[in-house]
Amino acid sequence: MSSLRDFIDSVKPNFEEGGKFSKLRSTFGAFETFLFTPNTVNKGGVHVRDAVDLKRTITCVILALIPALLFGIYNTGYQHFRMLGLLDTATFGDIVLEGIIAVFPILVVSYVVGLSIEFAVAQMRGHEVNEGFLATGMIIPMVMPADVPLWIVAVATAFAVIFGKEVFGGTGMNIWNPALVARAFLFFAYPTKMSGDSVWYSDFDASQAVDGFSGATALALNGQGDASIFNFQNEFIGFIPGSIGETSALCCLIGAVILLWTGVASWKTMFSVFIGGALMGYVFNATGLSPLCWCEQLVIGGFAFGAVFMATDPVTSCRTEKGKYIYGFLIGAMAIIIRVLNPGYPEGMMLAILLMNTFAPVIDYCFVQANINRRKNRVKNVK
Amino acid sequence: MAALKNKDVFCGPLSLNNPVTVQVLGICSALAVTAQLVPALVMGLSVTIITALANVVISLLRKTVPNRIRIIVQLVVVASLVTIVSEVLKAFAYDVAMTLSVYIGLIITNCILMGRLEAFAMQNSPMQSLLDGIGNGLGYAKILVIVAFFRELLGSGKLLGYQVIPDCAYEAGYANNGLMLMPPMALIICACIIWYERAHNKDLQEK
Repeated sequence: MSSLRDFIDSVKPNFEEGGKFSKLRSTFGAFETFLFTPNTVNKGGVHVRDAVDLKRTITCVILALIPALLFGIYNTGYQHFRMLGLLDTATFGDIVLEGIIAVFPILVVSYVVGLSIEFAVAQMRGHEVNEGFLATGMIIPMVMPADVPLWIVAVATAFAVIFGKEVFGGTGMNIWNPALVARAFLFFAYPTKMSGDSVWYSDFDASQAVDGFSGATALALNGQGDASIFNFQNEFIGFIPGSIGETSALCCLIGAVILLWTGVASWKTMFSVFIGGALMGYVFNATGLSPLCWCEQLVIGGFAFGAVFMATDPVTSCRTEKGKYIYGFLIGAMAIIIRVLNPGYPEGMMLAILLMNTFAPVIDYCFVQANINRRKNRVKNVK
Repeated sequence: MAALKNKDVFCGPLSLNNPVTVQVLGICSALAVTAQLVPALVMGLSVTIITALANVVISLLRKTVPNRIRIIVQLVVVASLVTIVSEVLKAFAYDVAMTLSVYIGLIITNCILMGRLEAFAMQNSPMQSLLDGIGNGLGYAKILVIVAFFRELLGSGKLLGYQVIPDCAYEAGYANNGLMLMPPMALIICACIIWYERAHNKDLQEK
């Protein structure tokens, strides 16, 4: 550790004002503070409101994402061998290797493209490099199908970082969740690569698939699927086809525990998303519009993943405490409404979150105004 | 009012005072007709002709039209011109006229047109009004063509209806971008043009 510190101190003058590489100051700063907690302190008044800075917050999010990512890697391999009908002969090692071969390049592309843009913009503007993309770059591969072409991942990541984030002013200023912008971009730009029956399997090859194989997801089947795969237990643990990181509700729950325990995500948002989804799921099931029971709606598709990792994004969600209940509830309810009533969009979670991201400031405004009015009235009554 | 130079009247709308990217007028039709290059070209040309002629007519009438009914007079002039253009298109370019559908008729309500008539033709000579009309029409057409170029190239892999992206690229895994064919992408491309212009032109940046 101390040798690393010495090395950084020895090259530091090059990057300071007037040094050889002073243009790369923010890049250097990013790496330095990534490795060591900065030791600069305020000389005037103290404004620290929390012991952790943005980097440690993002680290918590990444830790919370890891169970879902690891399971996603395993499930990608598992689905690949299920498609080939070779599950009985494939060993654990085969399955994991296949998963890594499929998932790892997507992860690398997402990080390389996103971080290059992020660093370039920081240099151009003379800002410090923000670490928000470390989480986004990990979420983007997890909301992609396993068979997505890499160049498409690159295009979507670039689009999301530039138009979803940097044009608004970078991390913390964006209106929509950048990872969802990437997914929505793909969904509308390249629909054949993002939905259908074959994209959920790495190296899908119809000629090698087992006879009568249907690759559709639980959402596309809308409760009509093969009961040996699509039962509640499989859907909860995650052995079903779907985007890489979203299939396992169990791993999302583990992530939720980490996020709530560290205080990074708001339990109000997360809880009310599930309430909204469960309620709408129950209504649709009771009225016969959907054969899926409410508890199944919560574990299939991206519902759990979206509720835990996307809806709770502190930048794009509501900031007022009461607003979080409304915001979360509407996301859950909208997601199920879009799923059930619009057959063109089998996955409603993405659109529901993007929609409510748009309305979050309005919800906040209403609650803030209500509070101001209440206090004004109180003053009047006292007089 | 100081006399305007003919050159400024004509060149201003093409760059520094562009009706679409600087004044942000006529956006709706720019979104609607730019999925392909041919309709965009025809639309740009139609707007140029109509703006130029309407400017001249209104400029000639400017001293005789009572102030209170000037908008009605302007509308009548524009409506007649639009009807003529619409009939000509239906007669000689039926397919394009069908693609453009209501948007040719809607030139009547195009903000650029009404704006030029009110702001320029009512105060200036016919000659300058003609230049102003052509300049604004071409400024509008310029943006339409740039947007349509990118939308058709990336959305359909074609330019002017001819395939330009080779088949081997599709075989290698390239795919057309479906979002380019939807109106939101036209807005984003428009925004990129505005971004580019402002970044390269100090005069356009807000203080």
